[in-house]
Order: sequence, then C-alpha cells, then structure tokens
Amino acid sequence: MATNIEVAHATASATLAPKPTFAGVVARFARTKPLGAAGAVIILGMLFLAVFAQALAPYDPYVGDYGAQFQRPGAEHWFGTDEFGRDVLSRIMYGARIALFVGFAASLIGCTIGAFLGVISAYWGGRVDLLLERLMDILLAFPQLILALAIASILGPAVQNVVIAISIPVIPRVARVVRATALSVKENVYVEAVQALGATRRRVILQHIIPNIAAPYIIMLTAQLGAAILAEAALSYLGLGAAEPTPSWGLMLSGSAPSYAEKAPWIALFPGIAISLGVFGFNLFGDSLRDALDPKLKGRG
Amino acid sequence: MGTYLTKRLLLIVPTLLGAAALVFVIMRVIPGDVALLIFGGEAGGQIDAKQLADMRHRLGLDQPLIVQFGTWLWGVLRFDFGNSLWTGRPVIEELLIRLPLSLELAIAATFVSVLIAIPLGMLAAIRQDTWVDYLVRIVSIGGLAIPSFWVGILCILMLVIFFGWGPPLEFTPPWIDPWANFQMMVWPVVTVGYRYAAVTTRMTRSTLLEVLREDYIRTAWAKGLRERAVVIRHALKNSMLPVITLVGTEFAFLIGGLVVTETVFTLNGVGRFVVDAVAHRDYPVVQALIFLIAFGFVVVNLLVDLTYAWFDPRIRYR
Repeated sequence: MATNIEVAHATASATLAPKPTFAGVVARFARTKPLGAAGAVIILGMLFLAVFAQALAPYDPYVGDYGAQFQRPGAEHWFGTDEFGRDVLSRIMYGARIALFVGFAASLIGCTIGAFLGVISAYWGGRVDLLLERLMDILLAFPQLILALAIASILGPAVQNVVIAISIPVIPRVARVVRATALSVKENVYVEAVQALGATRRRVILQHIIPNIAAPYIIMLTAQLGAAILAEAALSYLGLGAAEPTPSWGLMLSGSAPSYAEKAPWIALFPGIAISLGVFGFNLFGDSLRDALDPKLKGRG
Repeated sequence: MGTYLTKRLLLIVPTLLGAAALVFVIMRVIPGDVALLIFGGEAGGQIDAKQLADMRHRLGLDQPLIVQFGTWLWGVLRFDFGNSLWTGRPVIEELLIRLPLSLELAIAATFVSVLIAIPLGMLAAIRQDTWVDYLVRIVSIGGLAIPSFWVGILCILMLVIFFGWGPPLEFTPPWIDPWANFQMMVWPVVTVGYRYAAVTTRMTRSTLLEVLREDYIRTAWAKGLRERAVVIRHALKNSMLPVITLVGTEFAFLIGGLVVTETVFTLNGVGRFVVDAVAHRDYPVVQALIFLIAFGFVVVNLLVDLTYAWFDPRIRYR
C-alpha cells in the first residue's frame, strides 16, 4: 500500500517536474530577476579580477616607483598612482582578493557557527537552550562594528584577525533566526513521526532539520557577504584591519588619501568605487536570491 | 503591560552583567599585563621590576581577577570608570566633553534621514513596479553599499577641490553660534544620515506594501476614500510600527557611523574617542566606552520593544 503510493508519487512528480538543469535555472533567474543577475555579473567580475590579478595587473601592487608619484590617471596608469608611486589599478585588482577572502571567510565562519548553535539550541531545548540564548543576548548587546572593533584591537592588525573580528558578531544574529526556524520545523508532524519510529537525534537533525534551515542559511550568508566586505573596509580604514602594504581597499582610503585631496583626488576615488560596486553586487544578488528562495518575502526590499 | 515590563527588565540584568564580564575579559584579560603595556608605551626599553610592581598595585592588577571585576563594576555603578591612561583624567570627564557633539550629530542625522526616507518609501510603495519604485530601490540598495567613510572623504574632496574650503575644526555649540555649528556639522550629518535614510526607505516601502494588501485598505478604497486618505490615514499609520523598531536596530548603525564619520572629519566626538583610545591602547577608556555603548544599545532596544508592546497588545500576551 505504502509502496504503491510512494511509486505513484514518484512517477507523478517525475512527469510533472523534470529535473531542472543548471543552465535552465540560471536562465530563469536572469529572466525573472534582472537586478539579481546584474549583481551576479558584478560578483563574477570581481572573482575574475581576484583570481587573475597576477596576470591582469599591469604593475606590482607592493612596489612603489618614487619617480612616478601622484601620476594622473592616463594611458600609463589607468587609475593613477599613489604617494609611493604604486599603481592604483593594480592595487585595486589585488584588493579584490582581500575583500573576497575576508567577505567569504567571515560570513561562512559566522553563519555556520551561528546556524550550528541555533540548531542545538532549538533541538536540545531546556537548559542548553536557555544558556545559549542568554549567551547570544550578551553578544547582541554590542553593535556589530563596535564588537568587531574591540576584538580587532586586541588581536592586532592582520587579515586573519579581521576575519575573526567580523565573524563573531554575526554568530548571534544567525543563531537567532536559525533557532526560530528549527523550532518551527521541529513541531512538524513528520518530525514527530520519525521520532516515534525511533530515529536518532543525529538522524533527525541531519535528515530533517538541516535541509529545512538551508534556505534561511543561504539567505543570511549572501546578505552577510556585502556587510562583511563593508566591515573589512571600515576596520582597515580605521587602522585595525589589514596592515600596510597590503592592498586592502579600506586601507587605501585611510591616512594619507584625503590629505592629498587637491593634488591627487583619484587616490581616494577609485578604491571607494571598488568597495561600493562590490558590495552593491552582493546586495543585489542577495536580495533577489532571498526573493527566489523565500516566496513569503516577495515584494520586500 | 506590568508583567511584560517586569519580565523584560529582569532579563536585562543578566545581559548587562554578561556584557560587562565580556568587555572585562576582552579588554583586561586577553591583552595581558596592562602595567607592562603602559611602560612599553611610555618608556619602551628598560623596565624596573619595582616600578612595574608599583604600577600593578596602583592599578589593582595584583588582586584576583574576580576582585578586579567587582571593583570595576562597583565603579561603573557610581559612574567612576577610572582614569584614562593617555591623559590621566577621569574617563567620565573626557566622555562628557565629547558627548554634545556626538548627540547633535546622531539626532540631526536621524531627523534628516527619517524626513527623507518616509516620503520616498511611501512613494515607492504607492507606485510599485514603476520607474519611480525602481529608482528608489536602486538608490537605496546603492546607499547601503557605499561605505560612509568614503562618503565623508568625497564630501571633503568636493569641498576642497571646488570651494577650496575645509570644514572648521573647533566645535561650537548651536546655542552659541548656530551658523558656525551648521557649517561644521552639515557634511558629517549627510555622511551619517544617508545610510540611515537608505535603510529606513526600504523598510517603509516593504511594510507599506504589506499593509496596502490588507482587507481594511480594500474596504477604505471601496467606501470611496481618496488616495491621500487611504494611504496616510489608514496605511501609513499601520505601517509605522516596524519602522519604529528600525530606529532601535539603527542605533547600532548610528554608532558605527559616528565612529567612522568623526574619524573622517576629525571631529572630537565619542566615536573618535573610541578609535583614539584603541590606537593608544588606553584600556580603561575602551572598556568604559564599549560597555556604555552596549548599555545604551540594550536600553534603546528595550524602549523600542516597549513601544511596540504598547501599540500592539498582542505582543504583551504572548
């Protein structure tokens, strides 16, 4: 009986919904979400620059040429040179590596730890839940940038420390949302059913809870990417992120850049455009992805 | 409302104690010997063991950690956060000097951005999926992508290149010379405010869109009310609640905005005080400021929740 229904169900869904190909999904996304597709193009462009920075960059981003300080943007240096005679375009290309690395690493670490804690909190309940919730309350008492700033100031200026500093404030925010989702999934009748059939905790979590929190996890991850890139830029600008001579976009804007405003405004112009464009791409893509994955939120934003 | 209020107030106590403990651990325990840092900062080379022991004693670092934490907490309750290692003056005094500027900046930025954001968000929602809506959405998503320190730098670039003029550096309170105050604050207010405006615009648009689909709006249309009455009297009023919440979450953005904006414009406010204290490794100051910011954040969020509960009775009884 049960097998008959299963077979019927399987054939019905197989005929009704052919397995979508990857290309098909991409084409559909581009057609229905033009803004999201534009975001994806920006992200891919940034990835391309980061991966092939070595081949694409016309100059060494670390080596200055003291004969060529403050060169105007032109055929030789498209984006001009800075106060050490370093090529701004090359530094921006290498900077994409730092931005993407920090963005992805911090978001992945923060969201994954947060999701893990959220699932544990929801599934174990009781004292574990209470303790974790209070702990998250404490972390949530600090504005994101302030907590990141405090952590970064203790760890010292280095790229890997920025990743830690940015990911920790993300944890409680993700844990909250994932906990709420996991709690509602746990209440579903099918979860009760598999529990009644004697499924282990591990099995319930892996097979039933995790797949259901995948959508909010991905939504938060993409939303976090842009925010993490912005946070890296802000920390580096404040002198708490990557240290000189690392070509970090935020660092390129700090210190001397505004003081050469009259002489060489391009030093302060191009890195800012790079940050804004990159974050804009991630935000556009994240927004559309959220709409596509979570129909309840359609029309928002 | 009474039980809800008590419950919320009771929950705040462990949170604030935990926040104080976390700040204490981050600022006092992890960096190691603060006394050594002080000497390292001032003298650098040779450190006399006796002097070091004296300094440890003076700062109370020879006490057990829990006693140190207790002493600090007791001080916090009496608004005594110790002295700055950099200037030697009480932290609270240094803070009070800088507070008016930051308060003015925060209030003006909030005011200006809400004034821009609510009409824009409304317009986008009423004209959903037209070019107006798309324009507002792109501008607001773009606003979120542009780092505020860069907006500040652009303001300075523009002023210097086109007007050959830098903003005045000395803070003049508005009640002494309003024009000088305006000249100094207008660009920082733009820098802090535009981001806030972007977030609020998005929020206003999305909540208004939701409300516009409610049954009572259809009723309002059906009974022949004009668009103005439907949107302002019925829809906007009911969509303002989530926007109020935003004011709370935005407090965090605002603090972040103050930190970077005051640094860009070299304004002597609380935000720059944090950055300077971090740069000088002035631990008593950093510890005090971060705890006070957390305290403010928790209180603002509580107030927002209470407003919410006040306006929406369903929340109180949950």
